[in-house]
Amino acid sequence: MAILSVKGVNKRFGGLQALGDVNLDVEENTCHAIIGPNGAGKSTLLNVLVGKLIPDSGSVVFDGQSVLGRKPHQINQMGISRVFQTPEIFGDLTVIENMLIPCFAKRDGSFRMHAIESVRDEGDMIAKAESMLDEVNMLDKTDMLASSMSRGDKRRLEMAMCLVQEPRLLLLDEPTAGMARADTENTIQLLKDIRTSRGITMAIIEHDMNVVFSLAERITVLAQGTPLVEDTPDNIKGHPKVREAYLGEAQV
Amino acid sequence: MTDQTTQTPVSTPARAKPAKGGFLGLTSNDSTLLMIIFGLLIFAPFILNPFPEGSAMAQFNAGYPDLMQRFVIFGIFAIGFNILFGLTGYLSFGHAAFLGVGSYAAIWSMKLVTLNVIPAIIMAIIVAGAFSWVVGKISLRRSGIYFSILTLAFAQMSYALAYSVLTPITGGETGLQIKNTDNPLFGSLNPGEIGRANFFGLEMGNSYMLEIGNWVFTFNLGYYIAAVAMLVAFYLSIRIFRSPFGIMLRAVKSNQQRMNYTGLEPKRYTLWAFVISGMFAGLAGGLMVAMDTQVGPERMFWTASGEVVIMTILGGAGTLMGPVLGAGFIKYLENIVSKINKDILHQWFAFLPDGFEDLMVTLVYPFVGKGWHLTMGILFMLVVIFLPGGLVEGGKRIAGLFTRKKTADKES
Repeated sequence: MAILSVKGVNKRFGGLQALGDVNLDVEENTCHAIIGPNGAGKSTLLNVLVGKLIPDSGSVVFDGQSVLGRKPHQINQMGISRVFQTPEIFGDLTVIENMLIPCFAKRDGSFRMHAIESVRDEGDMIAKAESMLDEVNMLDKTDMLASSMSRGDKRRLEMAMCLVQEPRLLLLDEPTAGMARADTENTIQLLKDIRTSRGITMAIIEHDMNVVFSLAERITVLAQGTPLVEDTPDNIKGHPKVREAYLGEAQV
Repeated sequence: MTDQTTQTPVSTPARAKPAKGGFLGLTSNDSTLLMIIFGLLIFAPFILNPFPEGSAMAQFNAGYPDLMQRFVIFGIFAIGFNILFGLTGYLSFGHAAFLGVGSYAAIWSMKLVTLNVIPAIIMAIIVAGAFSWVVGKISLRRSGIYFSILTLAFAQMSYALAYSVLTPITGGETGLQIKNTDNPLFGSLNPGEIGRANFFGLEMGNSYMLEIGNWVFTFNLGYYIAAVAMLVAFYLSIRIFRSPFGIMLRAVKSNQQRMNYTGLEPKRYTLWAFVISGMFAGLAGGLMVAMDTQVGPERMFWTASGEVVIMTILGGAGTLMGPVLGAGFIKYLENIVSKINKDILHQWFAFLPDGFEDLMVTLVYPFVGKGWHLTMGILFMLVVIFLPGGLVEGGKRIAGLFTRKKTADKES
């Protein structure tokens, strides 16, 4: 069953048709990659999914409910978490505090006036945060200031912050963009581990073909705002239309 | 801010031993901090009066009720301001408006209901809280400099209105005082008697003088009521800093985008920080009226809003002690350094040969008396440039030097 279903979505910016009649189904418990050349509309589509942009027409249904018109924080509370191109974390806070925030958000909703309670008394939340940090091998960095970590660690932390919320769908926006080779490999491994251990549904936007083909189970190719083809990675590799639109310039 | 006091100590059974020795739900460090404030407040009449009466240094004594009350009231004001500015980073330039509104609410409570200060202070907190909710709701539609400008506009508007069209409520230019025509609902005043603020019958002005040798120490009821209020305010501020809500406020400062995509509403958290700090300002305004039963619109002038910003930054924004230190520092300069005149300077430098004496007086004079603003300005610049963490950071660096020396001694 499709957990996320995009139907007939159109989005125009002035004279530019950024998305034209996009149809896309993300099946539960798969990793679905969306690829395409620059300007294909990948980021626009992602911004529609998280509530940052509202499409001109069409529908986006997540788990039986429309996400259109909802704000980003409401969409997150529905169970969609997002990982950004450059890691978005709370740089002025320690790693454990970074982890506690999504824990509180998951338990208390989008706002709660817990101003007198002490964080130290939140034993359950701290334990949950620490076990998640353990899972991404960051338990030794608990009291570090988040901004003082390496890019790769920031990415891990951001991932952990999303995962600790146990999202139904994890959206990844070029998670390895601008990363060194070793960090890219680490990130791929991390994502693979998460896929197998948690069976989490992922939708990933990516430029790096290496990342796409080692993770994705379904691939949608976007070109000029329209899905060109959707298939398994093996079939995509050899697809003549895809080669023409996109892969012709890249070595696969 | 990488300052230790802003970070929530999270101790977990797995890694660290739970903090011991604390009370009232605080860690031992925070309890110590609270005890220090408690001690300072209780013994302020002694601490601030170190010089005997009639001595050359007596003008440095600050232990008289009027000034001690001001220390404490502005301390509360700055503690509250710091909850907004120190944690969320939203710089309000109109907090004096909440102090003023609180003052007006308090004096009306005294004029109409009762001369007891407690209901007046409670009224001040409620009215200031409600007003700050409205101002915050509108101002928080923008952030950064635009937010600051909006709050400034609101405060100046309140000031101008209090002066003009709101005269029936605010008394306009003359302000409001308790008059012999006021007859509060609860109270037994003789006709024509001017009511005095009291705490369940005890008058605010009540003082006990303790004379030891040449020293005179004054224990004033009004001061101690304000001191209790500040102790409570400081305690609440610690609790807020260490709470999940406090983490959220620091998250607002750090990354609102991430908050949104984590399912949180940064604006709502900021609004409540704004309201809480507005209520602290209202408490300060109410206490001002309790100590001295009169209000004028100049209390809401923009320089008053600027003063609390300077206090907080000077002491150390985002730290617990900073605002208290900053408020104390500035009020001391304003009230003590400003009183030093040429004659006093001549007395000080009398031991020097005549020419040198005049030279020294000429050199020092611009920085004292009416020139105290210059001293404060220079001090503020030095702190902002060399100690971005404020006086608290300065204290830590000095403490750091000593501990380093100690460890070096041990090693050698």
